[in-house]
Amino acid sequence: MWKYIVRRIISGLAVLLGVSVLTFSLTFFTPGDPARTILRKQMGGRSPSQAAIERFREANGLNDSIPVQYVNWVTDVMQGDLGASYHSETAVTTLIGQNLMPTVELAVAGLAVALVVAIPTGVISAVHKGGRLDYGSQVLALLGLSMPNFWLGYLLMLVFAVQLGVLPTHGFGTFGHLVLPAVTLGTGMAAVITRLLRSSMLEVLDEEYIQTARSKGLKERIVVYKHTLRNALIPVITIVGLQFGYLLNGAVIIEMVFQRPGLGSLLIDAIFARNYPVVQGLVLIVAVVFVVTNLLVDITYRYVDPRISLGGGGE
Amino acid sequence: MTEPLLSVENLHTHFETHDRTVHAVNGVSFDIEPGEVVGIVGESGSGKSVTARSIMRLEEPGKIVDGSIRYRGEALTEATDETIRRLRGQDMSMVFQDPMTTLNPVFTVSEQIVESLKVHDNPDHQPLREYLRIPFLHDRTDWAEKRDRVVELMSEVGIPNPEERLDAYPHEFSGGMRQRAMLAIALASEPDLLIADEPTTALDVTIQAQILQILSDLRASRDMSVMLITHDIGVVSEVCDRVIVMYGGQVMETGTTEQILTQPRHPYTQALLDCMPQQTERKEQLATIEGQVPNQLGDIEGCPFASRCAYADAACTSASMPVCDCGDGQEAACCALDRVPDPTREAVGVEGSR
Amino acid sequence: MTDEPTVSDRLKSIGDRLRSVGVQARSKLGEARSRLVAAYHSRPVRQFRSNTLNVIGLVIVLTLILTAIFAPMLAPHDPEEQHLRDRLEGPSAEHPLGTDQLGQDVLSRLIFGARVSLKIGVAVVGISLAIGTAVGVTAGYAGGYVDEGLMRLVDVLLAFPGLLLALVIAGILGPSLTNIMIALAIVGWTSYARVVRGSVLSVKEEEYVKASQLMGTGRLRIVGRHVLPNVMGPVVVLATLDMATVILSTAGLSFLGLGAQPPTPEWGTMISEGRYYLRSAWWVVNFPGLAIMFAVLGFNLLGDGLRDVLDPREEESVQNKGL
Repeated sequence: MWKYIVRRIISGLAVLLGVSVLTFSLTFFTPGDPARTILRKQMGGRSPSQAAIERFREANGLNDSIPVQYVNWVTDVMQGDLGASYHSETAVTTLIGQNLMPTVELAVAGLAVALVVAIPTGVISAVHKGGRLDYGSQVLALLGLSMPNFWLGYLLMLVFAVQLGVLPTHGFGTFGHLVLPAVTLGTGMAAVITRLLRSSMLEVLDEEYIQTARSKGLKERIVVYKHTLRNALIPVITIVGLQFGYLLNGAVIIEMVFQRPGLGSLLIDAIFARNYPVVQGLVLIVAVVFVVTNLLVDITYRYVDPRISLGGGGE
Repeated sequence: MTEPLLSVENLHTHFETHDRTVHAVNGVSFDIEPGEVVGIVGESGSGKSVTARSIMRLEEPGKIVDGSIRYRGEALTEATDETIRRLRGQDMSMVFQDPMTTLNPVFTVSEQIVESLKVHDNPDHQPLREYLRIPFLHDRTDWAEKRDRVVELMSEVGIPNPEERLDAYPHEFSGGMRQRAMLAIALASEPDLLIADEPTTALDVTIQAQILQILSDLRASRDMSVMLITHDIGVVSEVCDRVIVMYGGQVMETGTTEQILTQPRHPYTQALLDCMPQQTERKEQLATIEGQVPNQLGDIEGCPFASRCAYADAACTSASMPVCDCGDGQEAACCALDRVPDPTREAVGVEGSR
Repeated sequence: MTDEPTVSDRLKSIGDRLRSVGVQARSKLGEARSRLVAAYHSRPVRQFRSNTLNVIGLVIVLTLILTAIFAPMLAPHDPEEQHLRDRLEGPSAEHPLGTDQLGQDVLSRLIFGARVSLKIGVAVVGISLAIGTAVGVTAGYAGGYVDEGLMRLVDVLLAFPGLLLALVIAGILGPSLTNIMIALAIVGWTSYARVVRGSVLSVKEEEYVKASQLMGTGRLRIVGRHVLPNVMGPVVVLATLDMATVILSTAGLSFLGLGAQPPTPEWGTMISEGRYYLRSAWWVVNFPGLAIMFAVLGFNLLGDGLRDVLDPREEESVQNKGL
């Protein structure tokens, strides 16, 4: 078990190293000199003097060769220093810390909405395969999959906030403020999980051990929710885990729609302001979150499926 | 005569495919008496498994379109879901062919036996939280007692060191052990009728013998009836009291094991016995039955075996077959018995000439 | 005596010839028609038709393509023509879907928007497909370190929510449709590389491929002859579903302000620009939303349908990099 986890952590670190190179090189995609661009922004559009540019470059280590800059950056990152925002001089870690919770809150709530909707829908759809309920939920899932979430956000806002006035249109803080964003975020994911769970359930329902369960005299409810669902959830867990990373995709857009603070808003602002330390820091954090969730998913997977042992080989 | 435990009459089970209907079981009738071991023999596709599943009412996606199944006089074809569940939990159990696929891989073996015990105790009350064993919400009062019962059942079916295997998952068991576990699950509901659908086919020969031994021991100690489905006549001769020979979804011949093995009357039974390796001299080629199993699409006119039968004539493909009494309870569905050689008389003749 | 052909004879022969041409043409037409009919009744097409949703998908996609091609003829107005006097007018005979905050005709902008979305979709899918196939074939064929290295690169890219990466890349390159295209292609090729590589690996072991290798057939020819035809099915399915993803991503990035800039008629941008008028003019946001949904739905349905026909083994692959 530990051997396996250690191996996974090592391969995760390798991926992160790749990501760090990628992240670091992002700054060099940029057209033009970042120092000039940034100073111009800071000075409200006026051209900075050559001396000012030099000072800025010196202060931010932009004069070193690129490999040196990379090594410096990685060394700092290892020490938990992601640099400081070009604009406010605030440490990037502080900025991320300030904006982390709203996004986590949104992601967790979105995931909860998705699971609450998708598990019963997927199960019912599979149990009534070919029936009206199945057809209906499949069409709904397809719509959910195809609906751009920013439009869905405005649609919900229009109905529940503008027309009915039961929920706030935007903002942050109370439970009411979380409902519409979470539903918006959860919809697409619910659609994915519903489709996946349906096909997984159908596969399991064909298994012989389901006949065994029925032959014992178990009620269909127990056959479905215990014997079938437990098995059908195994592949779903993987996807949910991966989707959790993708929830961050959605968070960017939804935070903009509902004008919520969070990592997504921070990223968008940083991108438009060419605030590279913040962008780099966020990209790295997201990659870490992604690698860690993948690892957790893998471990959970092995826990729910007793056939896979964590110790031996594990392939 | 007392009422039979199980009585199947003119059972028809059909499967609908895209554009046609497969008549998997096509007018099967037989009885099973209390305490009796009945073997159902036939090639694959003869409808024996579907018959068994129809009795358990697990025939889906097939449909019982005609006929009746009575258990102690109760009609299963019209029974409500509750009745069927009660019968499955307390009166009839089934063991399936392949123990690699019939145990749920994500629950421990003991958990799967306990489930059976719970259903047996109270088939009408099955709260989800009890069965999901949601922590703190389920009743653990009789857990120790259930545990003892599980250990007892596991040792009854010959699983060694049952206490140590309480937390074992199916994948930690070998094929033979899994089939024993399956038997324990079936026995947990203390059935009066055990339906075993080719329980030894997927196992090694040595293990087959062990499982069959356990089966006959259990039958004796528990005084239950067993319906044993097999394509292996050797298995039949070891444990069965009576044999039903099936072909093309119909019963060809029934009789005691003795009768069927030594004096088969139906041409199909005779052909089947000729194919047994035990009947063939060493180095001689094994006998085979020419032709193919009918596809059973649509209604079949006449005898399903007619196209492969050496004694068939026009009459065999036109009308449905009469069931002929061959004496001492032996019956054969054949219209040409006068043309078919009769082993009883032949044997007598041979002996007489000596 | 020479028999000069009379005028009437000539006319007759011309008539005969014309008739025979006509008959030939008719028989050719008949042949074509019967071939079409045969195709319509062939097994894969029948299988495709058997699910209504597949047909709906095909119809939506065809409608989209035709709309994009004939946009100038279909659009009642110039999509970028502003009439500030007629701002935010509700649907009317003149403007069936109303006007936006600059007085531009929403319907015309939607019609031209189909062009933008399809153009980006085709470009991104095409580039991804080309890079992915090249990388997949190289990795699968070369094996060893090359394979290892390329696949680790794929892992690194996949170790990341795709849209987020595209967003960062597009953001750093600067907001424009071209940059969105580049960003989405950088992120998008990995799934093709994986599919193609897997197929190369399995085909490589087939006896007939080994045989033609022994006979000295060049690698490229083997790839063209044996590998690519084998991988066509799954790749076509992937590309169709990918169109849906790319259209959705493009709209999303444009919504964030990273893609098309006004006044380009792009659906995501239209929502982004119209969102401030949600209360007073619902049509400005909702019609582009519907357009995106239908376009994405069409490609999703078509992809599902094609998978049933072309790639029956493939499990429901949930490749939702989406928003």
